[in-house]
Amino acid sequence: MKKLMTGNEAIAYGAYLNGVRVGAAYPGTPSTEIMDNFSGYPGVFAEWAPNEKVAMDVGIGAAYAGTRALVSMKHVGVNVAADSLFYAVYTGLKGGLVLVTADDPGMHSSQNEQDNRNYAKFAKLPMLEPADSEEAKQFVGIALEMSETFDTPVMLRTVTRLSHSSTSVEISEEAPPAAPPEPPLYERDAVKFVMVPANARRRHPVIEERIKKLAEYAENTPINRIEPGDDTIGIIAAGSVYQYAREVFPGATFLKLGMVYPLPAKLLQQFASRVKTVVVIEELDPFLEEQIRLMGIEARGKDIFPIIGEFSPALVRERSASAGLISTPAAARAEAAAAAAEAAELPIRPPILCPGCGHRGMFHVFRESGALVLGDIGCYTLGYAPPLSAMHTTGCMGAGIGVAHGIGKAGVKDRIIAVLGDSTFFHSGIHPLIDVLYNESTVTVVIADNSVTAMTGHQQHPGTGITLQKKTTKAVNLEQLVRSLGFEKVDICDPYDLDGLAKTLEDHLESGKPSVIIARRPCVLYAKEKRTAPQIDPELCVNCGTCLELGCSPLMQEEDYVTIDPILCNGCGLCVQVCPAEAIIAR
Amino acid sequence: MKKIDILMAGVGGQGTILASNILAEVGLELGYDVKKSEVHGMAQRGGTVESHVRWGEKVYAPLVEQGQADYLLGFEMLEAARWPLYLKEGTVVLINRYRIPPPAVNLGKAKYPSEQEIESLLKGAGGRVIWIEGTGIAGELGNPAMVGVVLLGAVSNLLGGAEEVWMKVIQRLVPEKFLELNKKAFLAGRALIIS
Repeated sequence: MKKLMTGNEAIAYGAYLNGVRVGAAYPGTPSTEIMDNFSGYPGVFAEWAPNEKVAMDVGIGAAYAGTRALVSMKHVGVNVAADSLFYAVYTGLKGGLVLVTADDPGMHSSQNEQDNRNYAKFAKLPMLEPADSEEAKQFVGIALEMSETFDTPVMLRTVTRLSHSSTSVEISEEAPPAAPPEPPLYERDAVKFVMVPANARRRHPVIEERIKKLAEYAENTPINRIEPGDDTIGIIAAGSVYQYAREVFPGATFLKLGMVYPLPAKLLQQFASRVKTVVVIEELDPFLEEQIRLMGIEARGKDIFPIIGEFSPALVRERSASAGLISTPAAARAEAAAAAAEAAELPIRPPILCPGCGHRGMFHVFRESGALVLGDIGCYTLGYAPPLSAMHTTGCMGAGIGVAHGIGKAGVKDRIIAVLGDSTFFHSGIHPLIDVLYNESTVTVVIADNSVTAMTGHQQHPGTGITLQKKTTKAVNLEQLVRSLGFEKVDICDPYDLDGLAKTLEDHLESGKPSVIIARRPCVLYAKEKRTAPQIDPELCVNCGTCLELGCSPLMQEEDYVTIDPILCNGCGLCVQVCPAEAIIAR
Repeated sequence: MKKIDILMAGVGGQGTILASNILAEVGLELGYDVKKSEVHGMAQRGGTVESHVRWGEKVYAPLVEQGQADYLLGFEMLEAARWPLYLKEGTVVLINRYRIPPPAVNLGKAKYPSEQEIESLLKGAGGRVIWIEGTGIAGELGNPAMVGVVLLGAVSNLLGGAEEVWMKVIQRLVPEKFLELNKKAFLAGRALIIS
């Protein structure tokens, strides 16, 4: 039977079919649905870890115990987990361990466009890259076997287009994997698993030898295959890009790589010798191209295709035509359409905070305070955008508090706020918060607590009291945690209460002490709250635009007054509070 | 077996994802190879959402190529207007007559295009433009969020497939408590375009 599955669903299904028992992840687009889906299979343990490094260590621990494990994260999550990934390559494991990296070419929802294929070379471990959901399912099994055969973690790379595209997957009619009969025995082997220098020196040659053996394996694995066709042009491609290339070069000879590191030198030589021109089509870095050229193979690649941004069939076609690889039909109509669209100057629609979002009130108060606001990554990052315009840096998860501390220590005289979400705080906010206290700065840290990991689609976290597998658990109490670190000035505010929050913020900023405000308002989408929209009296509205400065989509400018779209409005009442003419009436 | 490429464009919260799931499953039921891809960006609500659904004998890329769309379903007027590059001569363009002005428009920093401007942009690219009162119809039935199902109903006669096939998929994908309303919304849409 065939079923449509996204790449992420297929990875989860593949893990389940191949006996993975432990899964750990931190949510991050486009990876989130992998662990979400895996957690629903019977007989497995799956968790949201506080961050990716913890998730990685959990997976490594399970694999040390001889149990198959899956760890998944977005590309920048691997930066967080890298320390653990690198030692696991040295120690090796007992059970299979697969780390899924979900890269985001085009940065649909990310702060950078890093190409995590580089991690395979850097950490010296194999990497597989499926091109559709069926392969995603199968490659998890291949990766687990490879992991056990070669005693190494294996990375599986997906990209946004694979993770969030649905294609057919063959559903197995076989019985699901049986539960293991006995608890696993942990075999103690300190020489292998304790990476003191003396042991690590013994392990390094093992790793170098292993990667050579993996390159041999790559020569013969069926997931690297030559697809014969017209030999004028030979295309080398992997992953989603292979599909785009197939659209554009339906008749060409292909080397379709399922394993993108290490590369099969002999197979590549053989491929190059049978075609006239070798063309490497790959998104982002010239990762394959550089290695292929080092083998002495003449290849074209980044001289034709961009190093920046996500590819599409249209882009591959356009660049291939410019390079003379294909002829292209005249596109006069398309060009005219493009010119007309450009001339129309359609207004852009940037992502904005949802109607009823508690963060909106908080950023309104920040803006009014005039303070410098050092931000972080979450829905609340949208507070940087006009008209709220109340966030001045965002780098990565957990960065804001440390940056705030550093700006203060540099001597900047602005009043300083660091803001981050509840889930981000558990991810990587606690250590910099300790620094604020230990090294004495006067930063006011605001934890924008919407009581869920909202941006990635409402995942649980250590503060919610519920696990990924929907078990009730101990909820970490933010206020108690912060007080126990030694913070004396801690307040909890409702960001729907603009005056209350503004007063508390003023008090904290002027206190000269390190302090914490928990701005608590559960995510309206998760809480599924829907209050009645207020009404604007057009007679009273003076059309001053104050309410529009909240950047709330239901508020719409009509000819000489403002209206509220009741379909979109969540009835939070912020506009009622800010209207100087008292023209907005709550109902 | 004919290739059919469908684009959907809307604003987060309008139900484009459910509609594209239904469309993909109907394609499978009709015996096509199907691929579907969507991008919903950073915002839970209020941002641009695009979805590509491709039916064919053998589909490689999950993305519709520029100049190749057979159908464009615009859930919101401005979002529909962004896709002329993807149209060709005769592309069927269904536009829900509903506007959600982006922040720049509300702040007076940009102008929301008129219906005539949107229509001429899409017609200029070859589109056969049909306006649909989708949000209105769905709202009258009790929930404006069913606009996607109204649009699917409207396009269903053009795409083919028996009513039972569409209903079977809707039954499978729509939560039980909204099912009857969604079926009504689909039929209301289906009555709009006979062929």
